[in-house]
Amino acid sequence: MGKLIRQLLPFGSLMLIVCILAILRPDTFFSIDNLLNVLRRSSVYGIIAIGMTFVIISGGIDLSVGSMAAICGMFAAALMEAIGGANPQGFALWAGTGAGILAGILCGLANGILITKFRLQPFIVTLGTMSFFRGIALVMRDGQPINIPDYKYLGEGIIATIPVSILIFAAVIIMTMFILKYTPLGRYTYAIGSNREAAFHAGVRVEKNLIWIYTIIGLLTGIASMIQVSRTVSAQPTAGLGLELDVIAAVVIGGASLSGGQGTIIGTIIGTLLISFLRNGCTLLGISTNAQLIVIGIIIVVAVAVDQLAQAKTRQTA
Amino acid sequence: MTGTMADKENPPAIVMKGITKRFGPVQALGGVDLMVTKGSVHAIVGENGAGKSTLMKILAGVFRPDEGTIKIEGRPAEFNDPQQAIDAGISMIYQELDLAQHLTAAQNVFLGNEPKRFSFILDQKAMIQKTAELARRLNFDINPQAKIKDLSTSDCQVVEILKALMRHVSVLVMDEPTSSLSQQEAQRLFKIVKDLRKQGITIIYITHRLEEIINLADDITILRDGAVVHCETASNLSIGQIIRYMVGRELKDFFPSRKADIGRTLVKVKNLTAKAKVKDVSFEIQAGEVVGMAGLVGAGRTETACAVFGIDKKTSGSIYLDDIEIKISTPADSITNGIAYLTEDRKRTGLFSGLSCCWNITLPNLDAIGMAVIIKPAKENKIADDLSQRIGIKWPGPDAPIDSLSGGNQQKVLIARWLLAEARFLIFDEPTRGIDVGAKKEIYALLNSLAEQGKAILFISSELPELFGIADRILVMRRGRLVGNLRTNETSQEEVMHLAAVEGN
Repeated sequence: MGKLIRQLLPFGSLMLIVCILAILRPDTFFSIDNLLNVLRRSSVYGIIAIGMTFVIISGGIDLSVGSMAAICGMFAAALMEAIGGANPQGFALWAGTGAGILAGILCGLANGILITKFRLQPFIVTLGTMSFFRGIALVMRDGQPINIPDYKYLGEGIIATIPVSILIFAAVIIMTMFILKYTPLGRYTYAIGSNREAAFHAGVRVEKNLIWIYTIIGLLTGIASMIQVSRTVSAQPTAGLGLELDVIAAVVIGGASLSGGQGTIIGTIIGTLLISFLRNGCTLLGISTNAQLIVIGIIIVVAVAVDQLAQAKTRQTA
Repeated sequence: MTGTMADKENPPAIVMKGITKRFGPVQALGGVDLMVTKGSVHAIVGENGAGKSTLMKILAGVFRPDEGTIKIEGRPAEFNDPQQAIDAGISMIYQELDLAQHLTAAQNVFLGNEPKRFSFILDQKAMIQKTAELARRLNFDINPQAKIKDLSTSDCQVVEILKALMRHVSVLVMDEPTSSLSQQEAQRLFKIVKDLRKQGITIIYITHRLEEIINLADDITILRDGAVVHCETASNLSIGQIIRYMVGRELKDFFPSRKADIGRTLVKVKNLTAKAKVKDVSFEIQAGEVVGMAGLVGAGRTETACAVFGIDKKTSGSIYLDDIEIKISTPADSITNGIAYLTEDRKRTGLFSGLSCCWNITLPNLDAIGMAVIIKPAKENKIADDLSQRIGIKWPGPDAPIDSLSGGNQQKVLIARWLLAEARFLIFDEPTRGIDVGAKKEIYALLNSLAEQGKAILFISSELPELFGIADRILVMRRGRLVGNLRTNETSQEEVMHLAAVEGN
C-alpha cells in the first residue's frame, strides 16, 4: 500500500498541477506552443537529471553539472567559430557539437577519477569542480557569450512534427532505462548506493563503475548543453547557474534517496516535468520568477516529507 | 554454587537473580544468578556467545531483562538506561571504547557532566585540575590535556576509568579490557585493577583470556550457553578446570554425517601476512575437506580470510589453487578464480538493504549466469527461485526486499549467492551466528553437501562444538598466528581452547 502511494504520489501531484492550470488558464496553458515550450525546457533539465539519477542512486552527488553545461557550450561555440568564422555553418556546427559533448565526457571523467582514485567525497570534489569549470567558462572569452546565429537544428528542428530536442530526450530516456534495468552497470549502481562495502565484497569493481557513472552524467550534460546553446543560438558562460539544484530536486521529488540505492528514471522524468509545469504555471498565473522560488522550495520539502512518511508506512507493513 | 559469602551487615555489592533475556527467538540468558562481593574483583568467563556481555549490559542498564531481579547493596534496582545505572553507582567500560577522539582526556572525563561557571561557560581549568587530582590519587600517569587520538589504547582505558570514577561509581564493569592491549599494557592494567580494589571499588571483569584472571580475580563465575555452570573462589580453580566448565558439553547427533572423499590438495596458503593481525599463516585444504578455524575474538581469523579473499592488502604470502599460484588484489579477482567468502558481518558487508532477494543473490554472479552484458530479469528470477527451493529459503518471492526476511533466511540468501558462484574454495565466516537452531542444522548439511561435491571449505567459528561436529581438521589461531593444526578426532575441545586462550605454548 505504502509503496504504491510512493510511486503514484509524484505522478498524482503532476496531474494535479496540470489540472489546476488547465482550469485556471485553459486557453494559454493548453496551446501547443506552450506545451512544446515546457517539454523543450524539460528536455534540457531532464537529460541532466537522468545523469543525476545514476549518480544519486550510487550514493553520490554532482554539484558541477551547471558549470559543466556552461563549459561544454563555450567549448563547442569556440570551436564552431574557429572552424567556421563569425557565422559558422554545416560541418563547423557538427564538429562543435561533438567537441561540446566530448568536453562533458572529460569533465565527468575528471570528477569520477578525483572521487575514486583520491577517495574524496563526491560533494567536495564536485563543489570544487563546480567553481573550477565555471571559472574556465568565464575566462575563455572574458565573460562574454559567443553567438552562433545559425545553430538552430537541436533547438528548433523538427522531425515528423516532433521537435528534435524532445526526440533526443526520448532516446536518452529509453537508453538509460535500459542501462539501469538490463545491464550490470545499472545493477551495480544500485548495489554501490545500497551498500558500497558489500558491493566491494561481492566483487563489484566499485571504482571503475563509479567512474562510468560520473562520465555518463558528463556525457548527458554535454548533450543537454548543446540543446540549450541551440535554443538560444549562443553559448553563455553563465549558463546553468543554479541548474544543479533544480536537477537534484527533480531526482529527489521522483523518489530517489540521497543516501543511495533508490531511484528510477521514470520518477526523475515526473519530477522534472513537475518542476517545469510549476514554473510554467507560475508564469502563466503572473507569479514573478522571484516568487516562483518560494513555491518550488515548498514543493521540494513537501514532496520529500510525504515520501518519508510513505516510506515509514511501507516499513511498518513489511 | 556459592562464592565468597557476605555477612548480614555487609550486603553484597550486586545480586542478580534469575536473569533471563531473549533476542527474538534466541535465548541469550536463561535464569542467571550472580553475586558479587563488595570490593572484590569478580571474573566472568565463558566462550563467545555464552552471554557474558549480555548479562553485564543488563547490569549497566543497556538492556532490560525479560525476567529476574537486581539488587545493589541490598536494595532492589531497575534501570531503564545506562544513566540510571551510573546514578546507582554502576558503570561499564566497553571493549570498543567510546571516547570523543578530538577532545582532551579531561574533556572526555567530564563529557556530559561538565563543570560550568555562571552555568553556561565551561570551566576548562576545573576539569583539568580535577582530572589530574583524581589521577594522582589513583597513581595513574596521564596528561589531562592530551587529545584522545594521541593516546594509546591503555591510556584510553585509564580515561574511561577516570570518567566512571568521576561520577562516583562503586562498581566498574570491564568488558574484555585486554583484548587490544600489548603484554606490557595488560600488566599495567592489572596493576590498576588491583589499585582500584584497594580503594574499595568493586570490579567485574569479563574475559576469555584465562591465564590473566587466575592471578587477578577473587571469584570466578563461569557461563555457558546463557546459564551459570560454576561459581567459585578463584584460588580453588585451575585453568584446566575452568576450560572444562566452559566447554563441557556433549555433542549430540546434531551434526549430520558426511561422505566426502578427501582428494588432492586444492588450496595452499603460504606465509600469509597482512596488517598487524595476520602473521605468517600457512595452511592447506584438500578437496572434499572441511577445515575449521578456531580462536578467540581478535585472534586474526576473519583478518586471515579477508587477506586471502583480497579485501585487505597482503604484505606478503601466496595463494595456490590446484597448484597454480593466483594473484588476488580485490574480491573480484578471488571470485573469478573460484573463491567465495561468506562474511561474518551480514549487515555491513553482505546484504544490499532495500534491494530484492533476487538481486542480492545474483549480484556477484552476473558473469556466471551468462548475463555479463544484458540482464534477463525473468530468467534471473527463475534462477533465484530454484536456488531458494534447493536450500529452503522462506521468502514471499525473489522480488521481496531482503530486509523483510529473518536473519536465518538472509544468511541463506548470502549462501545462495556463493552457491551460484560455483566456487572451488569457500570460506564461511561464522555462518551460524545469530540464527536459530533449525537453520543452523540446515547450514551444516549444506556445508557437507559442498564438501561431498569436492569443494574445499574453510569454516571459521567461535563455537567449538560445531567445529568439532563438522570439521575434519581444526586450525587454531592466537594473536595473529596459527598455533595449532589438529585432526578433529585426535584432539579435544579442552586442547583447542587451551591453545586459543593460554599464552606461551
